[in-house]
Amino acid sequence: MSGVGVRLRYAKAGKVRWTSHRDAARIWERALRRAGVAVAYTEGFSPRPRLHFGLALPTGYESEAELLDVDLAASAETLDVDLLPGRLSAALPVGFEVTAAAALTGAEPSLQQDVTCCSWRIELRGVTIGQAEAAVANALAAPTLALARTRKGHASVDDVRPAILALSVGGTTPDGQVVVLADLVTHPRALRPSELLAACFPDEADPLDLTHRVLRTHQWIERDGARREPLPVSATSQPHALGACA
Amino acid sequence: MTLWPRLEPLLAKVQKPARYIGCEDGSIVPSHGPGRVAWLLVYPDTYEIGLPNQGLQILYEILNERDDAVAERSYAPWTDLDAELRRHGLPLFSVDTHRPAGEFDIIAFNLSAELVYTNVLNCIDLAGVPVRNEARGPHHPLIGAGGHAAFNPEPLAEYVDFFVIGEGEEVVAEITEVVRSWTASGRTAGSRHRVLRALAAVEGVYVPAMYEVSYDGPALAGVTPRYPEIPAQVVKRTVADLADWPYPKQQLVPLTEVVHDRLAVEVFRGCTRGCRFCQAGMITRPVRERPAEQVRTMIQEGLRRTGYDEVSLTSLSTADFSGIERVVAETVEDSGMCGPTSVSLPSLRVDAFTVGIAAQVAKARRTGLTFAPEAGSWRLRSVINKLITEEDLYGAVEAAYSEGWTRMKLYFLTGLPTETDEDTLGIAELARRCVELGRPHTHRASVTVSIGGFVPKAHTPFQWFGQNTLGELRRKIQLVRDASHKARGVQLKWHDPAASLAEGLASRGDRRLGRVIERVWRSGGTFQEWSELFDLRRWEEAMAAEGLSIDWYVFRHRSEDEVLPWDHISAGLHKDFLWQDWRDALSEHGVEDCRWTPCYDCGVCTGYGLEHVVASPVPPAGGSQGTGQDLSRGHVVPVRLEPRPARPAPVAVGVA
Repeated sequence: MSGVGVRLRYAKAGKVRWTSHRDAARIWERALRRAGVAVAYTEGFSPRPRLHFGLALPTGYESEAELLDVDLAASAETLDVDLLPGRLSAALPVGFEVTAAAALTGAEPSLQQDVTCCSWRIELRGVTIGQAEAAVANALAAPTLALARTRKGHASVDDVRPAILALSVGGTTPDGQVVVLADLVTHPRALRPSELLAACFPDEADPLDLTHRVLRTHQWIERDGARREPLPVSATSQPHALGACA
Repeated sequence: MTLWPRLEPLLAKVQKPARYIGCEDGSIVPSHGPGRVAWLLVYPDTYEIGLPNQGLQILYEILNERDDAVAERSYAPWTDLDAELRRHGLPLFSVDTHRPAGEFDIIAFNLSAELVYTNVLNCIDLAGVPVRNEARGPHHPLIGAGGHAAFNPEPLAEYVDFFVIGEGEEVVAEITEVVRSWTASGRTAGSRHRVLRALAAVEGVYVPAMYEVSYDGPALAGVTPRYPEIPAQVVKRTVADLADWPYPKQQLVPLTEVVHDRLAVEVFRGCTRGCRFCQAGMITRPVRERPAEQVRTMIQEGLRRTGYDEVSLTSLSTADFSGIERVVAETVEDSGMCGPTSVSLPSLRVDAFTVGIAAQVAKARRTGLTFAPEAGSWRLRSVINKLITEEDLYGAVEAAYSEGWTRMKLYFLTGLPTETDEDTLGIAELARRCVELGRPHTHRASVTVSIGGFVPKAHTPFQWFGQNTLGELRRKIQLVRDASHKARGVQLKWHDPAASLAEGLASRGDRRLGRVIERVWRSGGTFQEWSELFDLRRWEEAMAAEGLSIDWYVFRHRSEDEVLPWDHISAGLHKDFLWQDWRDALSEHGVEDCRWTPCYDCGVCTGYGLEHVVASPVPPAGGSQGTGQDLSRGHVVPVRLEPRPARPAPVAVGVA
């Protein structure tokens, strides 16, 4: 390959969903070393591998659409990008699965800037499909949706209605959990699924009690007025069977 | 049976849920079944502290390699999950398969330190097992414990069924066999007593219920066997040769951040520097080095398997390892991995040689540099036998600045035997001069001084010494604070003297102290190693409620003829050797490292028919830390040389 870096897409599912974003960064550093991928390092007294993560996935959530850009060392010239998903999945803990890889030219904007919206699949417990449909209809019909939230110790009340691009009830799971599908913006401030639930179910004391499972299904960038994925799942990728840690 | 479906909903409500999921690389999914003794190995502190523990990982592998045993792991749940588990009626669980602790045959605790004792009781209780051993029936798991703190087992004698004294590699097999015959017999009524009695016959295993404690007023009169076949003294287990035990082979790689998050390779066990305050150095003798070739293999395979970019070469004094220079150079220069690999060297000696090695290490990644002079004056260092001259220290510090370091850490103890204010103030003076030495090199020169209150430990020459009172330790720390107040570049940190007091209680307590620990636990005192959860008042109130005197247990000097609570436990050291060393300490007389000098007959080597196993008959470059003894000419030393001659005929080699 001739690129200076590589973009990876991966899934995170099962028990490993309880690892944090910072945990995932350490897991990736070790996996790249185990897989023998020559990563570029920062300069200085304490060199670190140059990895650039996209939007942090909240601890406890699963994803089919995590993204990671890796700067490669000069010695990685001969790297075969098509073989990377298999090599890296084998080096990662069970539950992490690389589903696509593509060379970068170095001209791409950073994932943090580029991604404008994420699609979420939210499974609720203790809620009937009727209650969910009513809450979704109310939220969509409301001209504004006030939500009290804090960031870095700073409390504010925000109108989060503009951050909801799409919201619908997507049926129920075989276990009876109601599924809500949502497209939520990431700029200027991302709306998290837990915040969406707090806004849609204002009478609920703790939205954690409603949340059964949350899955990020897509991240979106905008090009020429249309949205597309920064890196679609490659057709060849085959998730390997999940073992005890699923 | 797994508790996972019931546990998982609780994880959203607790801090750092990743510490409860297991899934580490190197973890094992064991198949339980009849004929297999199920061990649950518990580290009674948080996952972050406990996961890297090498002792636990070694036994985990050794047991899982056996056909007749399985082992899983557990760590003390933090207070938030503890509360959630109790609210939902869920027990302590293993992280490997999330199996309830009560379903294991043996729950075995690692006792690395005394302040975890209340957590041990909490874990037993959370497992659904009665905390006092007398209340347990045949259906309950056996509660075991081992580790350094087990060398004074008495404070937990009413709570733990059996203790392992010393190294566990071999004895876990013998315990497994005894317990397997118990489980095969169907655990009938009365069988618990029989299996414990059988365990008490295993060498190195102490079963407190098999011993009667007698008192003479407040004083201990003796701990004596109840049955003829029970040994009067339990002697520690020790493995002869580390080369036979290249464990862990599959070091666990956690998915979340832990302390010591790096590959660890144990380069030797035991230490004969003879620091008189150091329990680890006394109870792990003799010195047994791992062959350098095996160290290299373990580093290379470990790095490749784990993906770590850092390896820690562990021991009680790694710069003393015979192969240290080559091993460090090879690892830093070409580890066989992509990207830089760094080496971490804990427990460094104070000399320029050490700094030379550290500089080699820093080629990959600059890490902190820590020296432990332990005391502020040469006089007091002679008392504690930490024979570092000021020239050694300044030479090391000078070398470090020359190599580009701008900051270093110095570790000291205060409250040592015979310590005067002049000795204490010497700490501030050493720190000030270390910063001064850096000025010509850098304007950023700084030294962090860390001071801990000294807690006398069992099986050391200082076991007779009365610990400093809380007020005295606070006063000494204040002396150093005042003296360092205006010293530019000197930062001071100190360990809470109140925690040292509680540690002192548990360290040299007898069987009566168990009820104090139980009271502290019942009043909510878990995680006593954590300053935010430690409260000395719980301990003071518990002592008062039990009618016991803190002064008697902690601050009082012991006399030569006093029966000590651990006299029925042997680390192989002769009590008269320890007493002589205590007298030598009081007369400020230091002794050299017996690896390279004639034997002082501490009792360990002769008692076990062992020898120090070292790769070189002369001490490594840098000498023997300021003993003033010229070792370069060599002595007739009873060391065994690598490569080892074929067993069973080890040959003592002398150098003239």
